[in-house]
Amino acid sequence: MTAAEDRPLLSTKELTMRFGGVVAVDQVNFSLKSGELRCLIGPNGAGKSTFFKCLTGQLKPSAGSVLFADQELSGKTTHDIVRKGIGIKTQVPNLFDGLPARENIALSARQNNSQRRAEEITDEMLELISIAALARRDVGSLAHGERQLVELAMVLAGQPRLVLLDEPAAGMTGEERGRLATVLRDLAGRMSLIVVEHDMQFIREIATEITVFHRGRVFIEGDVAEIMTHSEVQEIYLGKEANGAA
Amino acid sequence: MDYSLVVAIELLRAVAGLVLIATGLAIIFGMMRVINIAHGEFMMLGGYTVVLTTKLGVNIWVAILVLAPLAVGLFGIIVERCIIQHLYGRIIDSLLATWGLSLFLIGFVTVVFGNTLEGVSTPFGGFAIGQYKIAIYSLFLILAAAAFIASVFFALKYTKSGLIARATMQNPDMVESLGVNSKIVYMTTFGIGAAFSGLAGGLLAPISGVVPGMGVNFIGQAFITVVTGGAAVVAGTLSASSVLGSISQAVTFAAGPVYGDATLLFVALILLRLLPRGITGRIFTRSI
Amino acid sequence: MLSKVSKDWAGAGFVTTIGLAILIFVPILFDLFEVLQMTQYVVLSLFALSLAYIWGYGGILSFGQAGFFGLGGYTYAVAAINMGQTTVPFLMAIGLCALFAAALGYFMFYGRLNDVYLGVVTLVVTLILWKLINHTAGPEYSIGEARLGGFNGIPSIPIMTLPWQPDMEMEPGQMFQYFMAILIGVYVLLHVLIKSKFGRVAISIRENEVRTGLLGYDVRLYKLGIFTIGGAIGGAAGAMWATYQTFIDPNSFSLEVSAKCLIWVMAGGVGTLFGPIVGVIGLQYLSLKLGETDLINNLIILGTILMFLVLLLPKGIFPSFQDLMQWLWRRVGGSGGERTP
Repeated sequence: MTAAEDRPLLSTKELTMRFGGVVAVDQVNFSLKSGELRCLIGPNGAGKSTFFKCLTGQLKPSAGSVLFADQELSGKTTHDIVRKGIGIKTQVPNLFDGLPARENIALSARQNNSQRRAEEITDEMLELISIAALARRDVGSLAHGERQLVELAMVLAGQPRLVLLDEPAAGMTGEERGRLATVLRDLAGRMSLIVVEHDMQFIREIATEITVFHRGRVFIEGDVAEIMTHSEVQEIYLGKEANGAA
Repeated sequence: MDYSLVVAIELLRAVAGLVLIATGLAIIFGMMRVINIAHGEFMMLGGYTVVLTTKLGVNIWVAILVLAPLAVGLFGIIVERCIIQHLYGRIIDSLLATWGLSLFLIGFVTVVFGNTLEGVSTPFGGFAIGQYKIAIYSLFLILAAAAFIASVFFALKYTKSGLIARATMQNPDMVESLGVNSKIVYMTTFGIGAAFSGLAGGLLAPISGVVPGMGVNFIGQAFITVVTGGAAVVAGTLSASSVLGSISQAVTFAAGPVYGDATLLFVALILLRLLPRGITGRIFTRSI
Repeated sequence: MLSKVSKDWAGAGFVTTIGLAILIFVPILFDLFEVLQMTQYVVLSLFALSLAYIWGYGGILSFGQAGFFGLGGYTYAVAAINMGQTTVPFLMAIGLCALFAAALGYFMFYGRLNDVYLGVVTLVVTLILWKLINHTAGPEYSIGEARLGGFNGIPSIPIMTLPWQPDMEMEPGQMFQYFMAILIGVYVLLHVLIKSKFGRVAISIRENEVRTGLLGYDVRLYKLGIFTIGGAIGGAAGAMWATYQTFIDPNSFSLEVSAKCLIWVMAGGVGTLFGPIVGVIGLQYLSLKLGETDLINNLIILGTILMFLVLLLPKGIFPSFQDLMQWLWRRVGGSGGERTP
């Protein structure tokens, strides 16, 4: 861990997203230190995905700001944000189905590397995620979990400083999930990661710090052990609150 | 004072014209996401139905209001069964296939009926407002357009079939499990859209004359109106027709029909640029 | 499948060789009338390439390629009549069309227009051009010495000269070879472009636009580039058409021309460069033969072919043919057909 990194790598200030009359993200103040791996959890409709999309530029926030390494991100286009060093894996896998896995990853590496270097990086990624066997297969023919892994390789091939992952473990077999967890744990420290997830088992395998969203706000933050046993967190998931959350 | 009244009527007539031209296409596009390029030819077939049957002695009102929509509606059902039903979800392919149908129909009608302009005399006559003459038929067309919109709105919002149709478009699987045959819904909807196109063609026949290639003019305007209007059938058609029709008619008054036509296209371009999903993609989003 | 096509250097080389052979031998082996006929195919093939590229390798479906065709033709005509030479006008036609494409592309892609709506805009713009040019019949509508002529068009357009022989109009044989050289040159250039980083990104845009943006590529800029290239090529074809016919009229802006271009590309196969050329030759030849017999109306044929293609061969004739060949190969050869999983 680099020392003296007290300034957060990513932070949001009063970040708000409104859709018509609905406030999906409500004045959220969030911060992430360099090298951290943070999980975002919360019941359906809590605003995690919306918050995620504000970070990726897929949505333009109604108010507030997003700062990455002291640069304002809100309002920028997605490709600008990616170029600043942020890798994005969307909830629905977004890949080039008609191209082989290798090409998919190479395209990502090629964005700011020469052809030769891009090939090298592609090989590294295939090794890192142990998917070298899939390299020549058209992505469209792969199983869902394999596609998720290829997409992860694509994202990492861009050599980002911060990786945003929306439900990366969805649809994976136990073995694939294990592989994913190992990769993510290893990456933490070298990179910073924000992972939106539902799968509690998986979270336990990778997380140290968790942020819980509820009704568009940050409900509570803390480490895994605290959060998992927190009675109120369990309540919001079970919807026992007096105001009848969804 | 007289002049403003005449201008108002002409503006309304322009808007009404667009409503008539666009409604059939709007029903099919708005409900089924199918782009029927042959829409102009459906109108042409309606026009020919009127011309032919009146030549055979049928009363013009029966020809326009009954035979035209009936003939074209039935034809539409045949087209849906043979071509369209294979192309749902394939928006570009449906566009290309219906383009092929359009070319085919123009060619076919040219071969059978020749290329000369046929005519039907305009019913009613004119009346005077001050020193200006207005064709009564213009007023009739305005009423017809209003009837188009009203009937579609009423049918979609207040009848059981309308509800079923809307539900099917949203979620065909769901509707199947409620015992509705979605294929029949699609078929009927397309047929009704075609019938409206045929009716519009019949209504406009006395004014525009009937040639095999007349559809080409209409499809341009209809297409632009529908796409500018957006996904909502009634609100989209109404809003787009009003904006495009009135502005282009105003320019026609000032500078002639060439500029008027060009203006319609320009305004549509600007609207699409500002509202990439059409008017009802941004405003009146939840309307019918 | 798409990667197989784009990696096809051998195929491109093969096509180029055949093209060169045609270039050299046709004027020797065929008579004047046939050479003229084939020149037509060459020009229209170039036109088809413009759409084949932007659609097959960029995912941009334009319903108004005729806009560039007509614009190129008219620009060449007006410039050639005024300037007394033809090389600069040819370049002007290409340049003006590229500019126009860039402007229109900026309007569309930076406005986030997609799919259908994009198609509508290209359609509308071409319609506007057609309407405007159609009404320029009076003598007051002229640029320099060239009267635009409205629906009558512009007659007596100067025939192109070879750039290094500005005083000698080309003979039909030379024109065929010159145009063929241009067609081959553009074909090769496009292949090089497709294999480059630009081309690979363009294909990825066609595959998944969202993901391409998520990798940091500015999709709007790429689409703009692709569309501009398509416009330039379309404009070149238009200028060549104007000189071939020594005549241009608003019909070159028409919906029918845009439709034909679409049909050629669809018939030949979207996603290949060679297929649409086959489409042009096949369909034009078919129209010619059927036109001679005067049996069936041209539109009926076009329409039926289009419906047939969409319903039965949505990938187009050429890729379907490729698929058929592959299937046969596997059945006959048996070995090596499967890729290792």
